[in-house]
Amino acid sequence: MGKVLMKGTEAIAEAAIQAGCRHFFGYPITPQNEIPEYMSLHLPKHGGVYIQGESEVASINMVLGAAATGCQVMTSSSSPGISLMSEGISYIAGSELPCVIVNVMRGGPGLGGILPSQADYLQATKGGGNGDYRLMVFAPSTLQETVDLVQSAWDYAFKYRNPVMILADGFMGQMMEPVEIKPHETDRRDVKSWAMGYYSDRGNERTLIKSMNLTPELLEAHNIELQKKYDRMQKEDTMFETMDLDDAELVIAAYGTSARIAKTAIAHLREEGYKVGLVRPITLFPFPYEAFEKIPPSTRHILDVEMNMGQMIDDVKIGTSCKYPVSFFGHCGGLAPSVEEIEQECRKILG
Amino acid sequence: MSETKIYSKPRSWMKDVHTHYCPGCGHGIAHRLICELIDELDIQKDTLSMAPVGCAAMMYDYIDIDYVEAPHGRAPAVATGIKRVRPDKMVFTYQGDGDLASIGMAEIIHAANRGENFTVIFINNAIYGMTGGQMAPTTLIGQKATTCPLGRDPRLAGYPIRMCELLASLETPAYIERVSVAKPKYIIKAKAAIKKGFEYQMQNRGFSFIEVLSTCPTNWGMNPVKAFEWQMETMMPYYPLGVFKDYE
Repeated sequence: MGKVLMKGTEAIAEAAIQAGCRHFFGYPITPQNEIPEYMSLHLPKHGGVYIQGESEVASINMVLGAAATGCQVMTSSSSPGISLMSEGISYIAGSELPCVIVNVMRGGPGLGGILPSQADYLQATKGGGNGDYRLMVFAPSTLQETVDLVQSAWDYAFKYRNPVMILADGFMGQMMEPVEIKPHETDRRDVKSWAMGYYSDRGNERTLIKSMNLTPELLEAHNIELQKKYDRMQKEDTMFETMDLDDAELVIAAYGTSARIAKTAIAHLREEGYKVGLVRPITLFPFPYEAFEKIPPSTRHILDVEMNMGQMIDDVKIGTSCKYPVSFFGHCGGLAPSVEEIEQECRKILG
Repeated sequence: MSETKIYSKPRSWMKDVHTHYCPGCGHGIAHRLICELIDELDIQKDTLSMAPVGCAAMMYDYIDIDYVEAPHGRAPAVATGIKRVRPDKMVFTYQGDGDLASIGMAEIIHAANRGENFTVIFINNAIYGMTGGQMAPTTLIGQKATTCPLGRDPRLAGYPIRMCELLASLETPAYIERVSVAKPKYIIKAKAAIKKGFEYQMQNRGFSFIEVLSTCPTNWGMNPVKAFEWQMETMMPYYPLGVFKDYE
């Protein structure tokens, strides 16, 4: 298959199928409905199963059950739907099960709006559900990157037995771009050692998958093991991109669509002689703090650009050890910062 | 020639464990019936289940089969996920009345309506046991609980929900029956009902639902003998035993 022009949501669904996803459980919510629609039509052709849950609460628990059997299972939703799924996500993480969750973000809080947003950075990276757990969170900024991240998501989900979230803003879901989607295989050879349904294969040893432990010492030990896993993600699997950093006086920190808009602004500003660079985190958890260590001594200021009220700014400050002033520029509620607005903000900062 | 009957535990019962259930609680009887059937149908290696939230949350400590833990009320959704991936396996859920008829009402109705091919065992003891005796959706009118200390008032809390009758209004379910574990003759019928639920699943007939009237001497404030009497005298008239829907 060569490059084809596809809409983001449909590219996500086809990429998942080509990566071996055969089970999808979801509930309709704008702006991601094309994902379940595509799955309902195409999964059965691949011998898979699509079920429309009665709610996001039910859907994520169907994902929990399917994940417990060691299959490649996925759901997708948008912001308020992810809030409803948070209970199940906490159980899935606590039970150490692999799955892929797509959040095509819209504006919040509450019912908010249906237009593109990045308002769920904190929910995705710092919690959402109860307890000490983390998701791996990937933030694509082109459709080809979306396809590649969706496909590799299962590699990470099975490597760590942990849920992976594709955190796509509404633009990633709704725009069209040429993409190439290749078949992708995930290594699941060890599922018989932990998944349900392999009693005989394990020499008549049953499997027990759970998050509850009423003995405080054992629950603490479980949490310590989970933390080791999250530390390993931080050490081995951060992803980021940098651009024009070498002589930068101003560094923009942005991900997803915001980073894409910022790149155009940086190209224009460079033509005008402004020394502006970019750090684009691709994994939002684990956060690529080390990317910010590459910022050159010439830097005078960091500008955090997002489609929210500045949710990533604390991570940027941690990454830079508060060595530089950090300010925020962006829009929310379904609005995106324009190239011109970012340019103007940069000119203002650089004087 | 004399015959000696020796008591034995089912093979699928975990070795050397005793339950945490209170004396006179119906969970132990229901667990044993499930284990006997798992042995008789020879499905121990091929049965997958979910631990509910409630007193039976640790039933995986007693029954030696594959288990995953379900959040409160969500067992039918979790079971849907499992059975849709592994239609070759036996899947059953086991939930109490708070779990199934209150917080999990949406999940049970929709699993039933989709005709999910698994077996649901619903333990109705008309109270929240694990949390300490609060009012359940099945608590009877006038029955005292810690959150209706003067007795359930229908003007405040509505009338108790009859799950079998509610689910029997749906077209899809294959089999719905209410049984009891209050007396040996009822226990024999309860076992037959659960067996039928398992067999229907093996025959791919779809959703089966067995409600088991149980007891909670601790939170009812009764001794075990009185609790079983109360179940028969007070619960059975409101929750009549019998088959509400059958495939055949």
